[in-house]
Amino acid sequence: MSQPDLLTFLLLSILKVAVVLVLTLMAVAYTVLLERKVLGRIQNRWGPTRVGPFGLLQPLTDGLKLFLKEDLMPIASERPLFIIAPIIALTCALISISVVPFGSHTTKYGVDLFQITDLNIGLLVILGITSIGVYGVALSGWSSNNKFALLGSLRATSQMISYELALGLSLVGVVLRAQSLSLRDIVNSQSAHGALSWNIFGGLQILAFFIYIMAAYAETNRAPFDLPEAESELVAGYHTEYSSMKFAMFFMAEYANMITVACVASLLFLGGPSSPFGHTFDGVLNNAFFNAVFPIFWFVVKVLFFLLVYIWVRGTTPRLRYDQLMAFGWKFLLPLAIVNIIFTSLVLALRG
Amino acid sequence: MQLALFLIFGALAVAGAINFLLQKHPINSALSLVVVMISLAILYWSLGAEFLAAAQVIVYSGAVMVLFVFVIMLLNAGKEEHTHGSRAAYLVGFPGAAAIFCLLSFVFLSEGKALGAVTLGGHLNDVVSNISQISSLLFRDLLLPFEVTSILILVAILGAVVLARKER
Repeated sequence: MSQPDLLTFLLLSILKVAVVLVLTLMAVAYTVLLERKVLGRIQNRWGPTRVGPFGLLQPLTDGLKLFLKEDLMPIASERPLFIIAPIIALTCALISISVVPFGSHTTKYGVDLFQITDLNIGLLVILGITSIGVYGVALSGWSSNNKFALLGSLRATSQMISYELALGLSLVGVVLRAQSLSLRDIVNSQSAHGALSWNIFGGLQILAFFIYIMAAYAETNRAPFDLPEAESELVAGYHTEYSSMKFAMFFMAEYANMITVACVASLLFLGGPSSPFGHTFDGVLNNAFFNAVFPIFWFVVKVLFFLLVYIWVRGTTPRLRYDQLMAFGWKFLLPLAIVNIIFTSLVLALRG
Repeated sequence: MQLALFLIFGALAVAGAINFLLQKHPINSALSLVVVMISLAILYWSLGAEFLAAAQVIVYSGAVMVLFVFVIMLLNAGKEEHTHGSRAAYLVGFPGAAAIFCLLSFVFLSEGKALGAVTLGGHLNDVVSNISQISSLLFRDLLLPFEVTSILILVAILGAVVLARKER
């Protein structure tokens, strides 16, 4: 590559990373608002309405409030680890968005516009980064020197390690079908006949889909698996001692993880940016602009759907007991995931 | 570019390993071991072994080290007491370490041709997925050792369960 080419490549890449980062953070802020609004409607009340039209400026004021609050630091805490823990949590939550393709493959000046990087082990990178994110939770509970925080972080860590197995195994069927770990290849393997060739329908991965969704809810510590922050037992769980921006970082990490799970679910099982109608309407509105915009539209719709399901589940299901949680993960989800792998590989072997 | 990756993460791995020995608190030592493992994963990646890198991160730094940290947190191990160690360790340890270092570097330098040389960088330019190669090795050519190893691990799990079970 010559000098000016390299320069445009670098500038475009940096610009792309910045845009994706800002968009993700905005999405996180507005997911919080969406959750408050929808939960409000589920409980027959309005949710935030006062700040801006329909409460749309609420995330901004929340952010401002958390910035301006006093940053309390417990005297008996392990200082360096107490500060590093929320940084680990938020960084790991944000990095995993970097392998997600959110549009069709479009290159300008050698830069893939709608994906930060297309790695040939993209799926494993997401799993690896999630498993590093456990440290944020584990260290926060231990370093704040508070028994509720420690209990919460122990619960969260063991829950995340246990459900990581079922989560990883549920994805094997999809990988077997696509014969690749690159998320772009997995999306392309489902784009032949629209919704009929999505993994959830045509790929016969509906079992894997439900295993993934349940394991992912446990992985992100969300209801009905939100034992790590069970308010009635543990005050607030692992972030009991955190205040101000450090608390906000944990909060943002939780919602960024939700968005990542929604992205991965729509990429692996619902065809990601590909249209549900396949190539039926290829002739309609066929120019460069619409060909770039429609995949992004479908992707956003799918991610929004998964976020709404998240909130819906939180608004309607009661919390599990801890032994029920462990029994469900180890005795039900894990064997089911193994059965799914055997079934999928048998079908693929007989067909191929 | 790939040389820079190697230099940065090689230095990070060495720094993490030294920090692992110097830290007084067990949890800090465990965390520096995590840093070493992640840097090693990136070194594997820069040598073109991307599956090994991902497995290293997921298995070692994501599962094994989390359990280490877990145990340290549960035992609530305090700061270790600083002792001077035995005299024999000083007398034998340093010359021994120096001797092993000299021996290894002698072997590597003199037998370099026979061992084969590795060039730094350039392994990521040709995109070949080595997952299929690894799986055909593991599940076809070396199937028997693989299965025997998994039975060994199963026996180890059963042993752990027997040890952990309460006496009636």
